[in-house]
Amino acid sequence: MAESVAQQQLARAGATGKRRRRVFKDGKGWLFVGPFLAVFAVTFLAPIGYAIYLSLYRNQAFFGGTVFVGLDNYTQALQDPKFWEAFGRVAVFLVVQVPIMLVLALLAALAIDSARLHAAGFFRIVIFLPYAVPGVVAVLMWGYIYGDNFGLAANLNDLLGTTAIQPLSGTWMLPSIANIVTWEFVGYNMLIFYSALRTVPGELYEAAAIDGAGTFRTILAVKLPALRGAIVIATIFSIIGSFQLFNEPNILRTLAPNVITTYYTPNMYAYNLSFAGQQFNYSATVAIVMGIITAIIAYVVQLRGSRESL
Amino acid sequence: MKSHRWGIRRLVVAGAALTALAVLAACGGGSKTDSAGGGTTTGSADAVDAALKAGGEITYWSWTPSAQAQVTAFMKQYPNVKVNYVNAGTGNDHYTKLQNAIKAGSGAPDVAQIEYQALPQFALPGSLVDLNQYGFSQYESAYTASTWAAVHAGSGLFGLPQDSGPMALFYNKEVFDKYGITVPKTWDEYVAAAKKLHAANPKAYITNDSGDAGFTTSMIWQAGGQPFKTDGKNVTINLQDDGSKKWTGMWNQLVEGGLVSNIPGWTDEWFKALGDGTIATLPTGAWMPGVMESSVKAGAGKWAVAPMPTYDGQPATAENGGSTESVLKQSKNPALAAAFVRWLNHDEGVKPFLASGGFPATTADLKDPAFVDKTSAYFGGQKINQVLTAAAGTVVKGWSYLPYELYANSIYGDTVGKAYQSKSDLNAGLTSWQDALVKYGNEQGFQVNG
Repeated sequence: MAESVAQQQLARAGATGKRRRRVFKDGKGWLFVGPFLAVFAVTFLAPIGYAIYLSLYRNQAFFGGTVFVGLDNYTQALQDPKFWEAFGRVAVFLVVQVPIMLVLALLAALAIDSARLHAAGFFRIVIFLPYAVPGVVAVLMWGYIYGDNFGLAANLNDLLGTTAIQPLSGTWMLPSIANIVTWEFVGYNMLIFYSALRTVPGELYEAAAIDGAGTFRTILAVKLPALRGAIVIATIFSIIGSFQLFNEPNILRTLAPNVITTYYTPNMYAYNLSFAGQQFNYSATVAIVMGIITAIIAYVVQLRGSRESL
Repeated sequence: MKSHRWGIRRLVVAGAALTALAVLAACGGGSKTDSAGGGTTTGSADAVDAALKAGGEITYWSWTPSAQAQVTAFMKQYPNVKVNYVNAGTGNDHYTKLQNAIKAGSGAPDVAQIEYQALPQFALPGSLVDLNQYGFSQYESAYTASTWAAVHAGSGLFGLPQDSGPMALFYNKEVFDKYGITVPKTWDEYVAAAKKLHAANPKAYITNDSGDAGFTTSMIWQAGGQPFKTDGKNVTINLQDDGSKKWTGMWNQLVEGGLVSNIPGWTDEWFKALGDGTIATLPTGAWMPGVMESSVKAGAGKWAVAPMPTYDGQPATAENGGSTESVLKQSKNPALAAAFVRWLNHDEGVKPFLASGGFPATTADLKDPAFVDKTSAYFGGQKINQVLTAAAGTVVKGWSYLPYELYANSIYGDTVGKAYQSKSDLNAGLTSWQDALVKYGNEQGFQVNG
């Protein structure tokens, strides 16, 4: 079956190849692609180009002019302990939080898809609901829960007679943020997995049942292979999301100003360099370096993911 | 963070002091009108009056609660002038937009609100108009010495003061009475009170300090420190000078001893803690009563105001917060913009400002018996303005902020914050703050010694 699909695709590619040449001549195709290209260029290529341009200069906020410094900003960024501290933090976040979140999402999707759950639609919407809460509101809400002076954490401490629960302290801040992010995005990832599961043809389940496969066997042999593409996609989204971590720590910063530094995550660092320090050039450099690292890691995951699926 | 809070403070102040409205409105004129006419005829001062007569259109950015009322009143008085009032955001949002417009070379307003601590950051790179050329130096006698100094950078005059925040000690009398604590006159007594209170009730703290650059600089100011000196491009930073060490020597006892609460200011927890006795005192600016009346309702009748504790028992205080209005270089009609600034903070504009509950910088209003002797119901009938206006006269002289104070404040938590977190020596934190500030200043075109 795979072969025949590939052949069909080849044949189709040949046909469009011929057609494309004709289209090029009279330029009609550009009329169709034009609007997209224009928007793409203005909103995507131009900002990236401008950021790259900025990253090659250095400007003094006071008295100074702008000088071309080549790749100096990049060498500075690569040796910047603050940048690497921020990067290290989101890397730890990625390695710990993303697997937890995706496994939870997977379990939820399998449970809802199992057809053994009563009111599956209800659970689906409830698990998804946190994603519909604006991130800013969600973090404020969690801020009340985490508060160890008057919040839920304080009440628990009172109840247990300890002061051990301090979600906003230096030690627990990252897990606290991970908890918020997990709460927010389990439903979103569950929906990706669930929709992938819905596309599994019923014949496969019938075949598995005829072969005597039980529930877990069906999950391992049918459902998980079918989910592989969705898992790769969800992982890539989560990698990008982790590296771009900003909202949650930035809002919690008002509650724990000493724990969350201005360079807590790479994005916060770039933001504060630019808006508090007027170091626009260096800020652009940090953003580009982070973008490149994210792209490389996401690409590696995608390559690996698709190789396995072949 | 600091400026953010300032916005909240302003907003809540707006709602407060309605009782003061009628009284204050009656006293707005008086001695101020003498100089309001600006009779002295230097050539450029005439230009201001001429511009006002000719009329025109200007844009004004501000987040003060009185701004809209002031603009409306101004246009009523001068129908040929159109003022476009824009609230471009509070604190840092406002400054970010302003900075971007300045950098872009267009889009900046003619007149903008700027906090005293942020003034050098805009004045020194030449973004603001020196109002000396319009003869505004003649208004010196109308303002308190400290606010008049705050609107200067180098020899330039870059605005007229709008409000002021001389610091005083706000304390919860109920808590003090309960634990037999007397109002501290010196910082030694304050530290002793902190120990006594926390020992008696482990949940109560003398005050909160989770690391606040604005508070720290004001406290160093009160201790006689002058850590920041600017002369053109040359900046000297010494956060280990005598005054700074005097403050850390005292405040370290509270931080290291775990005697201050770590509740950050301007959060819900903070307002709650002020109301229920968890936080027993606040050494802060004179704008605080309005905030407490509107946001700490549970504290009504419990709180009182005393002069700031000092190191030697002699009265001394510092400013905390406050804003001016400045004319931007980008303005196409700087003379008209200057006329608007003069009206706002020297002439009739002061009335709507006071009506919105502001604490003035104008000496005439600070001396007005109707203002000074007003009793405050919230503060148990105490005539709090007697304490606060007296404080305005005892502000230690010679202070100046860094020319990049906003940036400095933004990285305070990164550096000194660690000392608060680990309850360790603030001097180590101040030193790392200083190092970061020296590095930044040198990168941005200053010659910084530190």
